Amino acid sequence: MITTLLYSMTGLILFGMGLFTLIVHSHPLRKILAVNVMSTGVFLILIATAYTPLGQGEVDPVPHAMVLTGIVVSVSVTALALILACRVQETSNLDLLKKKTVPETAKESTT
Amino acid sequence: MIFLNVDNPSWMITPIIVPLTAGLLCFLFQRKTFAIALSAVLVNLLAACFLIGQLLTCGPMRYSMGGWQAPLGITLRTDGPAVLMLLMTGVTGFAITLYARGYFSFRIDDPGGTDRHQQQQRYFWPLWLLLLAGLNGLFLSNDIFNLYITLEIIGISAASLAALSGKPAARLASFRYLLSSLLGSLTFLLGIVFLYKSCGLLDLDLLRNLTENGPGVRAALALMSVGLLLKTALVPMHFWLPPAHANALAPVSAILSALVIKGSFYLLFRLWFEVFASSITTEALNVMGGLGAGAILWGAIQAMRQHRLKLMVAYSTVSQLGYLFVAFPLSRAADNAQVWSIVIFMAMAHACAKSAMFMSAGTIFLHFGHDRIQDLTGVRASLPITVLAYGIAGVTLMGLPPSGAFIAKWLLLSWALASCQWWWVLVIIAGSAMAMIYVFRVISRFIVIPEGFSSQKLEFHSRLLEWPALALALISLLLGLVAPWLLHILAKGSIDLTQILPGGLP
Amino acid sequence: MPKTRNRHKRLDGFQRLFLLLVVCLITLLGCILSTIPNSAPGLADAVARLQERSGVKSPVTAVLLNFRAYDTMLEVVVLLLAVIGSWSLTKSPLPEQDTDISPVQMGVVRLLAPVMCLVAAYLVWQGSHLAGGAFQGGAILGAAGVLILVSDFPWIRTIPALPLRIGLVLGPLFFVGIALCCLFFTGKLLGYPEGTAGWLILLIEAACALSIGITLASLFAGGRPDNTMKKIQPPAKHPPGKSL
Repeated sequence: MITTLLYSMTGLILFGMGLFTLIVHSHPLRKILAVNVMSTGVFLILIATAYTPLGQGEVDPVPHAMVLTGIVVSVSVTALALILACRVQETSNLDLLKKKTVPETAKESTT
Repeated sequence: MIFLNVDNPSWMITPIIVPLTAGLLCFLFQRKTFAIALSAVLVNLLAACFLIGQLLTCGPMRYSMGGWQAPLGITLRTDGPAVLMLLMTGVTGFAITLYARGYFSFRIDDPGGTDRHQQQQRYFWPLWLLLLAGLNGLFLSNDIFNLYITLEIIGISAASLAALSGKPAARLASFRYLLSSLLGSLTFLLGIVFLYKSCGLLDLDLLRNLTENGPGVRAALALMSVGLLLKTALVPMHFWLPPAHANALAPVSAILSALVIKGSFYLLFRLWFEVFASSITTEALNVMGGLGAGAILWGAIQAMRQHRLKLMVAYSTVSQLGYLFVAFPLSRAADNAQVWSIVIFMAMAHACAKSAMFMSAGTIFLHFGHDRIQDLTGVRASLPITVLAYGIAGVTLMGLPPSGAFIAKWLLLSWALASCQWWWVLVIIAGSAMAMIYVFRVISRFIVIPEGFSSQKLEFHSRLLEWPALALALISLLLGLVAPWLLHILAKGSIDLTQILPGGLP
Repeated sequence: MPKTRNRHKRLDGFQRLFLLLVVCLITLLGCILSTIPNSAPGLADAVARLQERSGVKSPVTAVLLNFRAYDTMLEVVVLLLAVIGSWSLTKSPLPEQDTDISPVQMGVVRLLAPVMCLVAAYLVWQGSHLAGGAFQGGAILGAAGVLILVSDFPWIRTIPALPLRIGLVLGPLFFVGIALCCLFFTGKLLGYPEGTAGWLILLIEAACALSIGITLASLFAGGRPDNTMKKIQPPAKHPPGKSL
């Protein structure tokens, strides 16, 4: 019981932290990371619901499948948001174009 | 051939599978995409009509995916509201597809056109068809986690479509849209987690039959509602809608404003009035109604203040959404079919009228190169059919008879008076009056031809740019005349639903 | 390491208020979460009861690809949608000029990439009875793709678009195709015929893993392949800016 609660509370706190950062900070990358932290929090709570103490029945596989689905969705949305953010940045800050840099570094957080 | 029988529930999957496959094929081949898309939306429309016929002869149906029954497997079901939303999507989607063809070929044929327009058209079709599949999946699904995935399909494709125009403003708006939609679906997912933790179920019918509604279920409902409200853009959370809708390409604006918003609203309404109807309190309903009233007034005031046509139409969407929410506190006394009737009428009328408006605005933008309301004097001389479509759609927004919106507003007013909640009457009348102002402000510009005005000769003219908008506008206007038939479908759907429901947990 | 600008910034009034709100919300949700009794039955028993008929031994795979396969089908489409969305936004910002690849990197990639493909295949295969499956295999394949992408092989830029699109669509299309075949043979969408479930699931997983791998690598590449307009060489086009 205490284990489930610990994981669930951690998940909730992660959700709250992500929510706060998402609303307060204006930087696109921070926003995207905040959403990622939020989704991690939700997955943590979801996976904690599947927990059963040893020897007390089967582990529920449905939350596992749901988390797997959720992760895939989150990866795809994150990637799309990063590419979109790159495009926004590049069209709004034309002077940044002069510096030769590679935009891929940001994307490593998705994989 | 046993599965070609009329009463086979397998027909239900046609509106999901056909656009899905067509979208994949459009992405794969990138040639003849219009032919693929047109046949897909045509089949989709026919399937919606067929499902209505099926509903009328056989009553509501359910379909278990892969034959796995409800607690574990995913079920789809048809009932009155679902098939009418499918019909709405089918009709609007068909017209938008034709219009999009005209729109893209106009831009590609334009002598100053670049490769960019070709690229836009190339990616528009798969995104639009997959969005259509997601919407149909949302209307038919009966499983809360499956609904989350359809919401994600809709969110991702809608945000990509909104960014398609390539303008920096559109990209920024689309980024905001994507993040808001993501926040909405994450909140929705957290709600699902709470629900699963307290009930251990995902199927909507089984959840509905649960008698226990502890704090867990109520928290779940609150979280899911907030997520869906963010996606539906009810007033305090509407910040993303006007820029995203106004800066997108015209067919995309029509899709976003007419259909995408309705998807999340439909789900919200279904959760409140069917699945968790027993845990809803009067206070919660009044809060929703209050937010709706705020949306009506604030959206209308903003729409009156806009200088750009598309922004004005986008704010009018914010305003019109409010009517859907004012129905919440008034539906307390009504039975199931009546509750749905207002919302369905309003949603269908708004979908047709708003897409017609955005199409007209897009046509005007294409031909004149801008959409500043001030400088659009005498458009009627160049584009008479477009202006006619715009005007008829405006009649629906104002809620004049015989439009579908008139029926919805009439029902709202009569319920408000019957239940002695007169303040909603004031809001509805004020909203309609303001709609009149912002519609006429534009129309008067279009129609009045000042002295010494020489109409611009338009060299190229596509019928697909004008007639779909007019057809949709006429449908929205004449929707009130077929009201008894629609009510019959709704009644048929929900009466049988109560009989077919399983009586408790397995 | 440049300093972040708002590291020392104090929170202003609105932010403090919002922080307070979030803390209250989380506390409330936490209280509710802790009061939910752990008595909900869940779906574990239902899965255990039907496990025999699912054709696979791993319960998670059974849920993902048999009991709730429709969810998975739509989810594969979500991944594809992200690629379509990113391709509609921009061209892939791969470098235009050939760069020198250091022999060490070349050697490592040549050694690692086949091994990763092998591991991916193994993960897909063992998904039927242990942890593993299409997504895990696909993730490894995607990582192999990323490894190849970052090492700037010159042939990356000349990958034709059509095979790439075939690879991307293969998984979802195959999934839908199998679903429709099942509809034809058993009358139920995704209702696998008796006795064939295990094989069909393995086939779907293999196709999906391939597509997911290509999808992840394409998302990393960050745009559509740019070999339609090779003739026009823009003079020294710089890739877009890095810092967001």
